[in-house]
Amino acid sequence: MSELPGDLLYTKDHEWLRREDDGSVTIGITDHAATALGDLVYVELPEVEQDVETQGEMAVVESVKAASDVYAPIAGTVAAVNDDLADDPEKINAEPYGDGWIVRLTPSEDIDESELMSPDAYQQLLDELDD
Amino acid sequence: MGSKTPLYDNHVEAGARIVDFGGWDMPLHYGSQKEEHHAVRRHAGMFDVSHMTIVDLSGERVSEFLRYLVANDVAKLKDYGKALYTCMLNPDGGVIDDLIIYFIADTGYRLIVNAATREKDLKWIREQAGAFDVDVLERAELAMLAVQGPEARELAAPCIDGEWRDAAMALKPFNGLQAGNVFVARTGYTGEDGWEIVMPAANAGKTWDRLLAAGVTPCGLGARDTLRLEAAMNLYGSDMDETVSPLEAGLGWTIAWEPDDRDFIGRAPLEALRNSPDRQRFVGLLLEDKGVLRNHQKVVVEGVGDGEITSGGFSPTIGRSIALARVPAGDYDRAQVEVRGKLLNVRIVKTPFVRNGQIRIDA
Repeated sequence: MSELPGDLLYTKDHEWLRREDDGSVTIGITDHAATALGDLVYVELPEVEQDVETQGEMAVVESVKAASDVYAPIAGTVAAVNDDLADDPEKINAEPYGDGWIVRLTPSEDIDESELMSPDAYQQLLDELDD
Repeated sequence: MGSKTPLYDNHVEAGARIVDFGGWDMPLHYGSQKEEHHAVRRHAGMFDVSHMTIVDLSGERVSEFLRYLVANDVAKLKDYGKALYTCMLNPDGGVIDDLIIYFIADTGYRLIVNAATREKDLKWIREQAGAFDVDVLERAELAMLAVQGPEARELAAPCIDGEWRDAAMALKPFNGLQAGNVFVARTGYTGEDGWEIVMPAANAGKTWDRLLAAGVTPCGLGARDTLRLEAAMNLYGSDMDETVSPLEAGLGWTIAWEPDDRDFIGRAPLEALRNSPDRQRFVGLLLEDKGVLRNHQKVVVEGVGDGEITSGGFSPTIGRSIALARVPAGDYDRAQVEVRGKLLNVRIVKTPFVRNGQIRIDA
């Protein structure tokens, strides 16, 4: 298992968040989630400027095997989507924390970090899943 | 913890992600399902299919029995080793299972039935066999490997004993032969050339290792499913089951209507459905919009009615989503599929989608 990036926050739904300098938040799914889904073949993205609620359905990632919802870990407005995924959804498998990002949100309220997980806490969750 | 095939440790060693499949711990993939899929279309891949149930039938009246038990007619099997694909029906004409029957000798046949239906199949076969004095022998001690792809036979040939190798290479499609202690047949479930090799469990690991060393890619159930979907080969439990007639599952070609006095189980309801104008179609779908078709999604045919996808997924060879579906009777070649509340456009296409490495539809 590759090491988790230390500058990200994580969710129990196997998503990651990165707080950008301009106040926006970039969101993707973790390597664990991408590996569990297998080769991704299609990503359904939200519209830019669409509002999303915490835990609302934000995107759908589909692998050869199954479709899986991506939930918004925070409330906000969609500032950008990763259009490159339309032609190359496997970017999520190849670089889940880099070019495989999915959505960038402008948060609509202060982010409650107590609802999110640190790299250490997420690693612990993964270790428990392995047992 | 499920049952394990003799190759379980080999799968783990090859990095398999193991999943439960009908009570068996089987490899889903060994890293990338898509790469495994492409390996079979372009080179050679191997599948452990030892979980499938092998049943040998023998007895003086075994031909007569099988001509009653299944919808296809074993009287077509004139030569030793010849294989027949057929459905075993219930009295209502629903499919209990689909299977391959190999003709072994005048008094013997080998049946290969699905793993998930093992128990009910054996029970049904034994119940029917009693009246014909036929012996039903499950061969759980045998392992089975499917080696598939354009290079499969060439790479697997060294696994066959020298004295049998030429004869094995000369096998025509849907024919098999006993080659020493292995039974090799030119059959498969991928739409590619290749062999299925039945062998004693003790030989399986060694054969696996030899094939691996020869460059044959280990492939899991995931690739097996996308390959068979592209080849438009039915999957029991998805495309048909006991409530579905082979006539509405694209399997009409496996029913032997002649001679018309052969009385096989399920014949009468099939006869009734055969010329019915209401008989549902079983078709291939190509998704024209973006997205992925999945099992059980609703197919909407405007002005005609609704149908259902029985097997849907992404075709790695075509790069688009395809499906098999049961749809209402009628003459039309376009439909829509409901995916997460939206209607996506699909075209009805002639199957198979892919065969022998080539895309066969107009994508």
